[in-house]
Amino acid sequence: MARIIVITSGKGGVGKTTTSAAFAMGLARKGLKTVVIDFDVGLRNLDLIMGCERRVVYDLVNVIQGEARLSQALIRDKRADHLYVLPASQTRDKDALSMEGIESIFDELKKTFDYIVCDSPAGIEHGAFMAMYHADEAIVVTNPEISSVRDSDRILGLLASKTKRAAEGLEPVKEHLLLTRYSPERVQMGEMLGVEDVQEILALPLIGVIPESQSVLAASNSGVPVVLDEKSDAGQAYADIVARFLGEEIPYKFIDVQKRGIMSRIFGG
Amino acid sequence: MATQRIKRNPSPSPAFDLKGSLFTLTVMKLMSHDLDIVSDQLAIKVNQAPAFFQSAPIVIDLQMLPENGKVDFALLVGLLRGFGFIPVGIVGGSHDDKEMARAMDLAILSLGKNTGAVKAPPVITEKIEEKIPELKAVVAAPENKLVTKTVRSGQRIYAPNGDLIIMASVGSGAELLASGNIHVYGQLRGRALAGVNGDESARVFCQSLNAELVSVAGHYKVNEDLSQAVRGRPTQVFLEGDKLRISLLQA
Repeated sequence: MARIIVITSGKGGVGKTTTSAAFAMGLARKGLKTVVIDFDVGLRNLDLIMGCERRVVYDLVNVIQGEARLSQALIRDKRADHLYVLPASQTRDKDALSMEGIESIFDELKKTFDYIVCDSPAGIEHGAFMAMYHADEAIVVTNPEISSVRDSDRILGLLASKTKRAAEGLEPVKEHLLLTRYSPERVQMGEMLGVEDVQEILALPLIGVIPESQSVLAASNSGVPVVLDEKSDAGQAYADIVARFLGEEIPYKFIDVQKRGIMSRIFGG
Repeated sequence: MATQRIKRNPSPSPAFDLKGSLFTLTVMKLMSHDLDIVSDQLAIKVNQAPAFFQSAPIVIDLQMLPENGKVDFALLVGLLRGFGFIPVGIVGGSHDDKEMARAMDLAILSLGKNTGAVKAPPVITEKIEEKIPELKAVVAAPENKLVTKTVRSGQRIYAPNGDLIIMASVGSGAELLASGNIHVYGQLRGRALAGVNGDESARVFCQSLNAELVSVAGHYKVNEDLSQAVRGRPTQVFLEGDKLRISLLQA
């Protein structure tokens, strides 16, 4: 049975699309049939991060409105056999998303895919609701700063009350906390909230911590999901998250300050 | 006593209004004479949700008791009070049981017809009717609300006729409202407004106070007004005259 996972946050710019791309790619590289859907209608970004922007013909809204078949809109990733992208429309707005339309798309995708990853738009409006409504699990992307934490708390409240699972009284949406743009050094200096601080406020199991990293921006600009950059810390962190999501037990990295060698302490660096 | 007061203080406008009303009460159907067993089993029940049973009015139902044997009423009432219940009356029982209950200031109640298992003879019903006005004034069971999950930012939880008990943390941007007390067995970071219908005896209790706003019957303090001595500590918030006070729950 296919699982639907929404990548959400409430706040914008915290790394939802980066996470969606890396997470979906990570699942596909484990041999799982995965589709990642961009729900940010009007502000299409996922295609850029996935590096498939020049192959977009049809999009999510076309399929919902019956202008294209689902198979025509799905873009196969060239790097992973099991990964497909369903892009958003840049020219429409989020009201074009209808509950029935999305439901029928999910029903069709569930027949062939193991995992359906939904990249939610920021905010708590229609688009975000459409992205989260059918979710079985949610990865709540949070930056270690108070406004992001509060917005995540708000989204968690909505996940518990405004989703299909809540409406039908089923088992609640399984929630995971993902901290992104984390810098242990700045936590130590008291400039940033630590993992424990955020966990204490949100009371949520931690699926991983993505360190603040130059490689994320570089990967985004070149259209390569950062999980493919195996040498980068962020890439490794995303690979760990996928493994943890699939039930493997992996120790958390990048939470503590790296111990610096004596040479770098003397010479700085 | 009420009549005496009216005689002493004749007043043109009515000082009160006596009305019949319905309340939800906890009924304890006693099935054993052995109070040791009752005590053990009660302890287990109460331990599951101590706050829920605190100050809960309770009616003792003697109809299911085996015929032979006697209940030690004084012991039973003491037992219930010890667990935090407020015994208010009995249902059923022998003539002796009723005498005993009356002696302990407990009301003699009869169950409504819809409950089916009414054994009480009609003679007793008449006696009860004399007592009913007094009883109605005593029995005011609150409809308490119990929440076991974290209350998230943007959520609003309202207990219009009783206490609100939260067994988890309350996020900033969340709002709790209760006509009675508010208990938070976690961090309180949102707003907590107790006694929203004007009950000045209502209180807010929490394990760790960092509320955006706390209020009792409209008297409030915002986060900025919280002193360092109480911030992040187990505290209670209550009214003392016109002043909202915040004190630590332990020394």
